[in-house]
Amino acid sequence: MSPRETTCLVVDDSAVIRKVARRIIEDIGYVVVEAEDGDTALELCAESMPDVILLDWNMPNRDGYAFLQELRQSEAGRQPKVIFCTTENDVGAIARALHAGADEYIMKPFDRDILTAKLEQVGVSAKAASNLI
Amino acid sequence: MTELDFEFLRAYLKQRSGLALTAEKRYLVESRLAPVCRRFNYATLRDLIGSLKVGHDTAIERAVVEAMTTNETFFFRDRLPFDLFRDVVLPEAIARNAARRRLRIWCAAASTGQEPYSIAMLLQEAGAKLAGWQVDIVATDISSEVIDKAKLGLYSQFEVQRGLPVQWLLKYFTQIGEQWQIAASLRSMVEFRQFNLLHGYEGLGTFDVIFCRNVLIYFDAPTKSEILARFGNSLVPGGALLLGAAETVIGLTDRLAPDTKHRGLYGHAPVPTPALRAAAG
Repeated sequence: MSPRETTCLVVDDSAVIRKVARRIIEDIGYVVVEAEDGDTALELCAESMPDVILLDWNMPNRDGYAFLQELRQSEAGRQPKVIFCTTENDVGAIARALHAGADEYIMKPFDRDILTAKLEQVGVSAKAASNLI
Repeated sequence: MTELDFEFLRAYLKQRSGLALTAEKRYLVESRLAPVCRRFNYATLRDLIGSLKVGHDTAIERAVVEAMTTNETFFFRDRLPFDLFRDVVLPEAIARNAARRRLRIWCAAASTGQEPYSIAMLLQEAGAKLAGWQVDIVATDISSEVIDKAKLGLYSQFEVQRGLPVQWLLKYFTQIGEQWQIAASLRSMVEFRQFNLLHGYEGLGTFDVIFCRNVLIYFDAPTKSEILARFGNSLVPGGALLLGAAETVIGLTDRLAPDTKHRGLYGHAPVPTPALRAAAG
């Protein structure tokens, strides 16, 4: 039996951002699933919980912050590592996101190195990252 | 750029910084030196190299060396050396120096400061274990330009997102517009100095830990040997040297040896016992 593949759900209302993120994340070797808003993302999580979620903040039909609050209500929803990826770039927004249960935070604009580093911090190197904190 | 000019530049950089400019790095020369040409009003790279041949202007010489040396760095780069420092090197140094309560750390190629500040954050996290200790982090780099930036401790949004956990961004940095500045308490832990690794180390004193990562790869073997031997002199007995993943002491010096348990960590080579020495002789 082959080991289960790591799945990343990319939640962003911008098709361009989803495309860029998909390319980078697939290069790392994760399977990518996409959602264009918070409601769709919740439905996808109910069907199959991903390992990592890359989450935009400002979206129609439930924004990223509301999605995360809802997700973290359930036992299963506390499992995925969540990385906010947003133009909300101030300290207050970052603190709110962490308080709501985000594991990492990417301030847009971002590049391949940043996304890769953050995925490693919460994913492949999740244990080392938690040790560091 | 003519072959003669490239050869001149190669010899010039080797002599002044130890940098071994290989043929495959030739493509870097024009992109790195174009800003220097503009800054000193030279129309072409050839004119700039002509000026270096004549000599006399130390500002231009320094600018050329600085432009050609690599400053790639980010917080907690490669992670493993910092885990080793926190989990192995630091506890050993604390035990060894418990009586005098002093710790000296040297970042020998500090670039824009991410490495020494990463170490400073780990020391802050060590908290009570270092209460009442005098801890010195000496951070040096050949480039005065990057040292000036490092002293400010001011980083772009891109720089703080590469390797730095977001929780530590909030804990140790202040947002200033689009930039982030590391806390004054951390800045005060680091003494930055412009320093050439080819020059004498005596003025720096001795160290419990030396970080010199991803620098030796740019030097040829004799220069690496020279620098490693000097590191051997600068380390206190029991001290630790941390090199980059692609670097080693093996075959370059008999003063230092790899730690058998931890990859990337080096210390003084064991001194042969008299019996072994006699057998070898």
